Amino acid sequence: MDSVPDDLLPEPFRRWFAGRGWAPRAHQLALLAKARAGRSTLLIAPTGAGKTLAGFLPTLVELAGRPKPRNSARPPGLHTLYISPLKALAVDVARNLERPAAEMALPIRIETRTGDTPAARRQRQRRDPPDILLTTPEQIALLLASADAEHLFADLKRIVLDELHALAGSKRGDLLALGLARLRRLAPAAQTVGLSATVADPDTLRRWLVPQDGKGAMGDMVVAEAGAAPDLSMLESVAHVPWAGHTARHALAEIYGLIAANTTTLVFVNTRMQAELLFQELWRINDANLPIALHHGSLDVAQRRKVEAAMGEGRLKGVVCTSSLDLGIDWGAVDLVINVGAPKGSSRLMQRIGRANHRLDEPSRAVLVPANRFEVLECRAALEAVRAGAQDGAVIRTGALDVLAQHVLGMACAAPFAADELFAEVTSSEPYADLSRADFDDVIDFVATGGYALRAYERFARIRRMKDGRWRVANPQVAQQYRLNVGTIVEATMLKVRLAGAKSRYGGRVLGEVEEYFAEQLSPGDTFVFAGEVLEFLTIVENEVRAARTSATEPKVPSYEGGKFPLSTFLAAGVRALLATPARWPALPGQVHEWLDLQRRRSRLPGREDLLVETFPRGGRHYLVAYPFEGRLAHRTLGMLLTRRLDRAGLHPLGFMANDYALAIYGLSDLSAAVGGGRLSLDGLFDADMLGDDLEAWLAETSLMKRTFRQCAVIAGLIERRFPGKEKNSRQVTMSTDLVYDVLRRHEPGHLLLRAARADAATGLLDIRRLSDMLTRIRGRIDHVALPRVSPLAVPVMLEIGREMVAGAANEALLAEAEDELIREAMNGAA
Amino acid sequence: MARPDGAPADQTPAEGDAARVPAQDSADDGILLAGVHLLLDPAGALYWPEERLLVVADLHLEKGSAFAARGVPLPPYDSRATLALLERIAARWQPRAIVALGDSFHDRGAAARLGSDERASLAALGRGREMIWIAGNHDPDPAPELGGNHLDLLRLGPLTLRHEPAPGFVRGEIVGHFHPVARLVQRGRSLRRRCFATDGSRLVMPALGAYAGGLNIRDAALAGLFVRDYAAHLVGAARTYRIAHHACLPDRAG
Repeated sequence: MDSVPDDLLPEPFRRWFAGRGWAPRAHQLALLAKARAGRSTLLIAPTGAGKTLAGFLPTLVELAGRPKPRNSARPPGLHTLYISPLKALAVDVARNLERPAAEMALPIRIETRTGDTPAARRQRQRRDPPDILLTTPEQIALLLASADAEHLFADLKRIVLDELHALAGSKRGDLLALGLARLRRLAPAAQTVGLSATVADPDTLRRWLVPQDGKGAMGDMVVAEAGAAPDLSMLESVAHVPWAGHTARHALAEIYGLIAANTTTLVFVNTRMQAELLFQELWRINDANLPIALHHGSLDVAQRRKVEAAMGEGRLKGVVCTSSLDLGIDWGAVDLVINVGAPKGSSRLMQRIGRANHRLDEPSRAVLVPANRFEVLECRAALEAVRAGAQDGAVIRTGALDVLAQHVLGMACAAPFAADELFAEVTSSEPYADLSRADFDDVIDFVATGGYALRAYERFARIRRMKDGRWRVANPQVAQQYRLNVGTIVEATMLKVRLAGAKSRYGGRVLGEVEEYFAEQLSPGDTFVFAGEVLEFLTIVENEVRAARTSATEPKVPSYEGGKFPLSTFLAAGVRALLATPARWPALPGQVHEWLDLQRRRSRLPGREDLLVETFPRGGRHYLVAYPFEGRLAHRTLGMLLTRRLDRAGLHPLGFMANDYALAIYGLSDLSAAVGGGRLSLDGLFDADMLGDDLEAWLAETSLMKRTFRQCAVIAGLIERRFPGKEKNSRQVTMSTDLVYDVLRRHEPGHLLLRAARADAATGLLDIRRLSDMLTRIRGRIDHVALPRVSPLAVPVMLEIGREMVAGAANEALLAEAEDELIREAMNGAA
Repeated sequence: MARPDGAPADQTPAEGDAARVPAQDSADDGILLAGVHLLLDPAGALYWPEERLLVVADLHLEKGSAFAARGVPLPPYDSRATLALLERIAARWQPRAIVALGDSFHDRGAAARLGSDERASLAALGRGREMIWIAGNHDPDPAPELGGNHLDLLRLGPLTLRHEPAPGFVRGEIVGHFHPVARLVQRGRSLRRRCFATDGSRLVMPALGAYAGGLNIRDAALAGLFVRDYAAHLVGAARTYRIAHHACLPDRAG
């Protein structure tokens, strides 16, 4: 790297690099060359490769060589826009940029703009923009929806999209892509640079960077040299590997030993509940008083910042954390990552491993700690995937219609638009390249009057057509509503958790927040784990949960919000392959090897492509266990649909349990006999036509679908976002969203927002697409075995705690039960 | 319905559909109010057999269009959903008269915004029977074009039917206004349903409107209406369920 071409890197920059004992890296120079050639480019680089500096070098070089503006001239406008998924990252990158700019005395103004930026500065930024503005997708949407957008972005030369892999494929990504299409119209000459970790499908990201023309145009790509291969291992616990559960209590001493032996360790888990439990357990054995902290998204913001600050100063030995630390600013001191529980996907695992050791030339060190036997298989598959550098495949999706509705309203707020022009602009973005004109017109109709077949709201239109055919906002209040509603993040309603004081129930401090729907299922006296303690639920007062400390060690309510991430399709295939290949079992821990051997002798092994279904009696009940390996969400949907069918067939299912690997249905009828006697066809039971009427009937009543609908309705602007103090009671809004869903579903089932909610359900909480793929794959390939007793492989799912009751009559049964209990209580009292 | 994720099963049973008006005639859950025998219809209506009188509350017709006027275009089908439900209830009981206990219209302009189908529904409901519109705080003025009688309150035998309760202790009063709902947690599952609330002296009706929200019966505003122990009668698919008030949970205390 000694012979850097003079013209690429000017002298002050060469001196600056040399002064720090650095040499510019190949990919940094390659990006300079791409910038000079006027090419939009995707940079793929591992953490620690100087990715951000690579993205900004062309801007810094250009601005350094910029002639001084004459006094009379108009001050130069915004030169470079940097967009990050995290507010904190934007602020941190700005700080890191200030240093080279100051050390080279470059005449550059660098500023951030986030939700925290004071209003006065935001106004000034519109009038007198900095050279480099670092911000988030939501702020871009707001800037673009204002009348001065044209002026503000006219001089824009570069757009830097950081962590593009984390944004693309999400609704936030859709919003950003639409904003990008508008930026390209305002500043056609601007180049776009995408910064990304390694992904399975870089071409999608490359298409993001340039206008789409129907032929899949792509930006250029630069791939940085890979760092040292990670030093990755699975903890082979000496203790018994549990059959089920997610706590990894069996490996606690070993985890503690690793924290003690390293400088700073990040301990990743998959859920907040796991984080809480593990943190508590670690402190119980923390005889050396090691500084070990806790970090997850429900903790009070101030408390999280405190942990992050202590981390930055190297004062912590370990942090137990969730995906809240998957992304974010770099901490140099981290030298070990422990992933407790199954990694669920290889891409997430690689991201987490990358959090250790931000020097490229040294390997990142990571240890996987499986919490149960199936997780041993999953960890093994993940290890092999990471060693082969194999990523999870991206989920193919198209841009969300609810996000488009928000954007269309924003564009009307900026200036009147012609539908043809806006359609061309929108379809130039990657997520919306295949958008049909009919869908686009439906979106405009929705924005104008709600888009109902019953044309009742023409006089209340939010946007109206002018004489020349263009659309404009009907009144200034509409623009104000848009500004309040911008963004795609719809938080679950959260309630603060306040510790009741020693003297009064109302005095204590706030520990953090829980989802409202978790708090809803608590009764006074229930205990749950939060902020590292077992708390007793007292009551809910306004928007706060009141709770008291207890001496209980085991919480009564086991979890809030189960694992968010289902097992990836890619890792699932790895686990199935491992199971189907006994020759590979000797590499597994002894207990796991024996377990699989036993399964082979007592029952059968799930094949690579087949679906193994076991039926057996146990404890007066009859079980059906299937092993699709398609993740908890898809299994839960499958369980709901299968129990409906069994119920209709008169086979009296009572309920089911699901985990990431298997589904167990239990009931009163002998299912082995039903299959053997030809009364139940498994091919018929698992037929993909369950995704028709049965699915529809379930969607009509499931709260998951109502939550999905609510999110779409808020994003699209059908329902106003909640603001503290604005609503008397947030509960009323939740109610009315459900009522709106019921009414709309019955009277206009094809409405745009129901279509949007269904598209979300296909990949989101219900994972219908994955279920549908599985049902297609296993058609005619069901491998049924009737057993006299439970099989070894079935034990883990039978031990799952969260049992689901059969759909339909269950709620009525519960009401009747509540009534009966009270009657009995009353009768006993009388006697 | 199973609730796999800890979310509240936050359903009122689907309005208007067979789900709320069961085919079988099992909805004869009776109560005594000031000595009068009344039947609770699980769809959220009250029937007084002696008088052949059907009572409903808080229809909030045209709430959707009221929101649309403020830039929130909720689906414009709420009025027809509410009226279709009322038609089915009326078809079942064949009452001599229907009393709407106030807040039948969401706002003063609502009657004028009704669509032609909805006007026809209302006309059909009133055919061959008396329609009595009690004034509510949302609709204090009569809308004479819709026909029927407009009253501030109705006294019939030992009962008084009005929108908002009279101050103090009253024996034999049926009111609307509060949209009571009751919440239970049973086997870790949260259930929230519209309900009747009564202590045998006073009865608060559930709201029938498709977009009418709810107020928890443990709320002080509701609890204060009853002098004795009161019970919630939760609406169900085919019957109502009686749960004592102390067994119901508050949404928000304080």
